[in-house]
Amino acid sequence: MQTARSKIVKPPVTRVGVVGWVRANLFDGWLNAFLTVVTLLVLWKLVPPLVQWALIDSVWNTTGNACRETSGACWSVITANLRFILFGFFPPEAQWRPAAAMLILFALLFVSRERSHWRQWLAYAWVFGLIVMAALMRGGVPGLAPVDYDRWGGLPLTLLLSVFGLAGAYPLGVLLALGRQSKMPAVRLISVIYIELIRGVPLISLLFMGSIILPLFLPEGVTLNKILRAQVVIILFTAAYIAEVVRGGLQGMPQGQYEAAASMGLNYYQTMRLVILPQALKIVIPPTVSILISAFKDTSLVVIIALFDLLKTTQTMLHNPEWMGFSREAYLFVALLYFLGCFWMAQFSRRLERELSTEQG
Amino acid sequence: MPDRPPAANQAQAGRTAFWLEPGKRAILYQGALLCLLGLLAYYLISNTLTNLERQSIATGWGFLDKEAAFEVGESVIPYSAADTYGRALIVGALNTLKVALIGMAMTLVLGTLIGVARLSTNWLVSKLAAGYIELMQNIPVLLQLFFWYAIFYEALPSPREALHPLRGLFLCNRGVVFAVPQPHPAHKYMLAALFAGVVLVYLLQRWVRARQARSGRGFPLGTVGAGILVGLPALVWLAFGAPRGMNVPELAGFNFQGGVTWSPEFIALLLGLVLYTAAFVAEIVRAGIQAVGKGQQEAALSIGLRRRQVLHLVILPQALRVIIPPLTSQMLNLTKNSSLAVAIGFPDFVSVANTTINQTGQAIEGVALIMLVYLMFSLTTSAFMNWYNRKTRLIER
Repeated sequence: MQTARSKIVKPPVTRVGVVGWVRANLFDGWLNAFLTVVTLLVLWKLVPPLVQWALIDSVWNTTGNACRETSGACWSVITANLRFILFGFFPPEAQWRPAAAMLILFALLFVSRERSHWRQWLAYAWVFGLIVMAALMRGGVPGLAPVDYDRWGGLPLTLLLSVFGLAGAYPLGVLLALGRQSKMPAVRLISVIYIELIRGVPLISLLFMGSIILPLFLPEGVTLNKILRAQVVIILFTAAYIAEVVRGGLQGMPQGQYEAAASMGLNYYQTMRLVILPQALKIVIPPTVSILISAFKDTSLVVIIALFDLLKTTQTMLHNPEWMGFSREAYLFVALLYFLGCFWMAQFSRRLERELSTEQG
Repeated sequence: MPDRPPAANQAQAGRTAFWLEPGKRAILYQGALLCLLGLLAYYLISNTLTNLERQSIATGWGFLDKEAAFEVGESVIPYSAADTYGRALIVGALNTLKVALIGMAMTLVLGTLIGVARLSTNWLVSKLAAGYIELMQNIPVLLQLFFWYAIFYEALPSPREALHPLRGLFLCNRGVVFAVPQPHPAHKYMLAALFAGVVLVYLLQRWVRARQARSGRGFPLGTVGAGILVGLPALVWLAFGAPRGMNVPELAGFNFQGGVTWSPEFIALLLGLVLYTAAFVAEIVRAGIQAVGKGQQEAALSIGLRRRQVLHLVILPQALRVIIPPLTSQMLNLTKNSSLAVAIGFPDFVSVANTTINQTGQAIEGVALIMLVYLMFSLTTSAFMNWYNRKTRLIER
């Protein structure tokens, strides 16, 4: 029985506050205490020298020769070559164009982050934005001098390859997924062969195919430029992965949905367009974002067929004798850019997954 | 429809046009699709043939028997530039296999460790593991390969000033050099003993299972099995007088003599693939362990099983069913990603095939070979997966 005189006893000091947290999370039993000590020792050995190298001894705004004098990181390799790393051989006087194209893309992505914005106007905004981006990059419209594909490069190329890759692959992937679920044996067989073939081989072999064999497929006199060939390959490659993700969504639809649609007298196209796909595609939004992340990372492979994406411009810059030998700093910078992009998308995917699962639950 | 008399309805059904009947319509659609694909294939092939003739590129597989006339940096089997393209390609395929097998073994160990660390109750360890997973998953593997390669050729010293962290281990810009046991006839027999041990443990495991199912009596299979696997080769080793000769690398002039050298290309490829894939494996392991409900463990403990038995008989069988399928696809990814070797100059299959294409100009055959080899890996893996899924499927009702 609680009486007025009974006073509230505080929990012991070793259970709450910083001490309690440390005890519960770091020194909970012998094994954990041992692990904590070993980890701290390793960190103590590793982190201070890294900080020393990356921050304290580093130089930020010098020439390449001055860099060789210091023992720290040479971040000057980034600051001095930032323009080339980001934009490659794009004419410097027209550099605002890829910059503007990227800004449009970031703005679109940012707006699309909120699910309440997913309305029809956003779809139109994307189509319009992509067209404007293409026009900005390519030129040829009044007021913008045309820029040859050979001069495209750097971050805009990386972004364009992945965004257009996903945009192109999505419809094809949905078709392939529907084909794989089809009742017609020939359609199913063709879809299965396509999907398994593409998923079974490395992207690099397909890129080789795009860069060496695709020109042989075309009639005499018709040529496709290198970037477009790589883009076609990325679309064909990504579509197979999208197809598998969408198939997961289709298989997740209860049979009752098909039966209900059929009993209302809807035909196959109406059933798919009005009933099945809207639900199935919603389920698979988070894994689709994961595919976008992979596509973004995979575009780095175009280095191997000598396209000047972000990674290739960095490597080209490193061939300059002044900056030779600072690969680590340059690669760390590129890694940071990729990390930021992928991490942002991954966080988005996780948030979406949470929202969608609470809605259904 | 409902307002028509039934007779009219039937009469109409009798006159249905054939393109409105689902069965016949399906045949029509499929026929049209096949025709379209056939036409496309014909168009592409005829274009290709014209182009090949115009550029006078040879076709066929005759080039496989011709002299390759290029060196391959490293090889598991003897190879020289005088050998054929066919042999060069086999060398490449074996290099791919070597990277893939060593890489898979290391990835499994590292990935499992990180996955378990992620679930640790130790805050520091868990957060570090989470950071590792997040970092590695979000950086392209090709960039990681370039980074590790750059570390080797830029940051490490020349052989004369090689880093020497352990006895018999050197790190320098020529790669990693380490000591190996001196070749001895005993090794062959030790390998045979290990193989015999594996067979023995397998038979033992079957017997233990059968006995457990029959009588419920347990058997310390883990301890005894490990004892057999280690003990048999050790006995053979002792029987041969315990040969302990080591082939220790030594600096001679500008490079090392003796020991085994792993080239910077090989190490960079291995390191990049293992560190990247291990992050994905860690996530799979974590999800698999979390997928087994806490109630399972409590139930197993409450019927009197010991901790070890709970792990072996209840937790692992259920966790593995969740873990193995995505794990195999990660192992396949590792194999496919090993093709990025071409970017840092390790002579894997793609790299050798690429050189072959450049020399002979026979791109179609070369790319077809690359695809064929990787498809073989993939199909074997998915055959295994299907078999495993069938074997471990939950049998419901």
